Amino acid sequence: MTATATATPLPVMPDQHGHFGRYGGMFVPETLMSALNELSEEYERAKADPIFQTELNRLLHEYVGRPTPLYLAERWTEKLGGARIYLKREDLLHTGAHKINNALGQALLALRLGKQRIIAETGAGQHGVATATVCARFGLDCTIYMGAVDMARQALNVARMRFLGAKVVAVTAGQATLKEAVNEAMRDWVTNVRDTHYILGSALGSHPFPMMVRDFHRVIGVEARQQILEREQRLPDLLVACVGGGSNSIGLFHPFLNDPGVRMIGVEAGGEGILPEKHAARFQGGRLGVLQGTKTWLLANDDGQIELTHSVSAGLDYAAIGPEHAWLHDMNRVEYNYATDEEALAAFSELSAVEGIIPALESSHAIAEVRKVAPKMGKDQVIIVNLSGRGDKDVAQAARMIFKEEIKF
Amino acid sequence: MSAPANRIDTRFADLKASGKRAFVAYVAAGDPTLDATIDIVLGLERAGVDIVELGVPFSDPLADGVVNQLAADRALKAGATMPKVLEMIRQLRVKSQIPIVLFTYLNPVYTYGYERFHKDAAAAGADGVLVLDLPPDEVVQNTELKPTPELCHIQLIAPTSPPERIASIAKSAEGFVYYVSRLGVTGAQVEIASGIAEQVQIIKGSTQVPVCVGFGVSNPEQAAKVASMADGVVVGSAIVKLIEKNGASPDVAEQVEAFVKPLVDAVHAL
Ligand SMILES: Cc1ncc(COP(=O)(O)O)c(C=O)c1O
Repeated sequence: MTATATATPLPVMPDQHGHFGRYGGMFVPETLMSALNELSEEYERAKADPIFQTELNRLLHEYVGRPTPLYLAERWTEKLGGARIYLKREDLLHTGAHKINNALGQALLALRLGKQRIIAETGAGQHGVATATVCARFGLDCTIYMGAVDMARQALNVARMRFLGAKVVAVTAGQATLKEAVNEAMRDWVTNVRDTHYILGSALGSHPFPMMVRDFHRVIGVEARQQILEREQRLPDLLVACVGGGSNSIGLFHPFLNDPGVRMIGVEAGGEGILPEKHAARFQGGRLGVLQGTKTWLLANDDGQIELTHSVSAGLDYAAIGPEHAWLHDMNRVEYNYATDEEALAAFSELSAVEGIIPALESSHAIAEVRKVAPKMGKDQVIIVNLSGRGDKDVAQAARMIFKEEIKF
Repeated sequence: MSAPANRIDTRFADLKASGKRAFVAYVAAGDPTLDATIDIVLGLERAGVDIVELGVPFSDPLADGVVNQLAADRALKAGATMPKVLEMIRQLRVKSQIPIVLFTYLNPVYTYGYERFHKDAAAAGADGVLVLDLPPDEVVQNTELKPTPELCHIQLIAPTSPPERIASIAKSAEGFVYYVSRLGVTGAQVEIASGIAEQVQIIKGSTQVPVCVGFGVSNPEQAAKVASMADGVVVGSAIVKLIEKNGASPDVAEQVEAFVKPLVDAVHAL
């Protein structure tokens, strides 16, 4: 089924209480309510403050490296034999992934709030590295929570965070991945909320995070829209991005939502296939529920207990999807497919070999989707795929899985 | 107050008549097993506990400290589910009329069905519910989460709640207000927080409903001190820790009773 936009514009989301239709909201313990309300208010002030926006844009340009190129992947396009494929090169940003767009914005906000201590969760370690980086840049105290399993598979990023001056706390509860790291960060925040800001790393959690994180990543789509109009004198036919919590995808999609001809596909982690506890594809076998502050689509059993998830990529290995994606799914505005571990690894190898660009395993899920759809599209059609991060952090794991070799890091 | 008297309201009325403060005990339902929970609650009742909070386990208890997290894990491993917890309460009601509050997170309630949960829990014999991640704001904004008459909705107030929020939460309070005495997750503390008496007075300025204070109380001296500043005290992790240590022994209920009795006595002696 193809979901193309209706001609009528989508309503502006979220509402003032952070609801995206029936999704989103503020499902948190009372202790956090006033901090979240304070954050919402300060964010609204910052958004309207030209000094804040100028400073953010200056740092995005000079420190982070924006704008990122929109690159026509000629050899890959030729190989797939269909639509022209452009890569939005978020992998070229400082620290190697899109995550720093949000980390920088929220760090500036923490400074406005007078909070000198920063905490964050991380899965793949990219958000942890981005947060540790901006904390170093502004002299903020930084603690990162990370699942012990993820620390093992993303050891390079753990070392980077430590060099950057962050304290990395291993979380061993449950399946010791991203969800448990969020729980632990929330517990820290409940305890230290008066002097601590929590830089949540995806378009997830309680209001205002899903809205705020989206807004800080919209720059991806705003640039891509302008760049493709310059290159092709037309809008793209298709946008593709991987969806963990949903930040890089909503950043690319959002500025195009009211362009009816632009089709969009979000790609979830299919893991070892759509079997219980073997994947993280919330729209395949998921259900409506409430987790970590937000009402959304998630993977849980009949008793409401959150299910185990699996993905080769730590950044997509999470049981809930950002609430705006749940809403866009309901509205039939964005399609959601999945790529398995195997497909992602094949995509990782192909892009590396054909274009000389090693993608993050997260981004490789989007690349895998393009491999399926591009050949079926006409040569006059245009795809933009978000290359959300570079694959350096995944080299040891990919070597083990593809070359069957251990690389000691 | 037109609803039929609930066991919680009756208990507070009785306590008020005899000039006593309430002792509220928390345990995780199903830790170490659901059968053991029945015996443990009966032990709490023998020790003189006024109200029991039963934790319905959730896989991701983000407002709980490590002691309660591990208890939820044990309960889930032992097979505790919402229907089984409700069945356990039904069995308990044959032997005891102690007021029971279910203490949980929204997702298990939501998955069971919000309205259905209220009807079934009340029918099983529960008196109140406290959903840690359901602030009153969301109840107002979600038609599917509307307040139901069957159970008392116990509300939390935190040290970070600003005065306007305190007033609006207290105004709609049912059963009792649970004042969280310090920032942080559940768990026993060496020292008790400051400013409790002042906050309790602010809350009492907006409601007739009793105010109980919890988070971090673990011994008779603390219990008496905290209770003296309010209408009651809540003790949880200290009891759960004892169950963690001695859950396998056949007389765990008696051990819980022996541990809790001096705490209850210290509070009732005030
Ligand atoms: C490179 C990269 N892409 C994508 C993601 C997934 O997150 P999101 O869906 O928020 O973009 C991550 C998360 O760690 C990541 O590191």
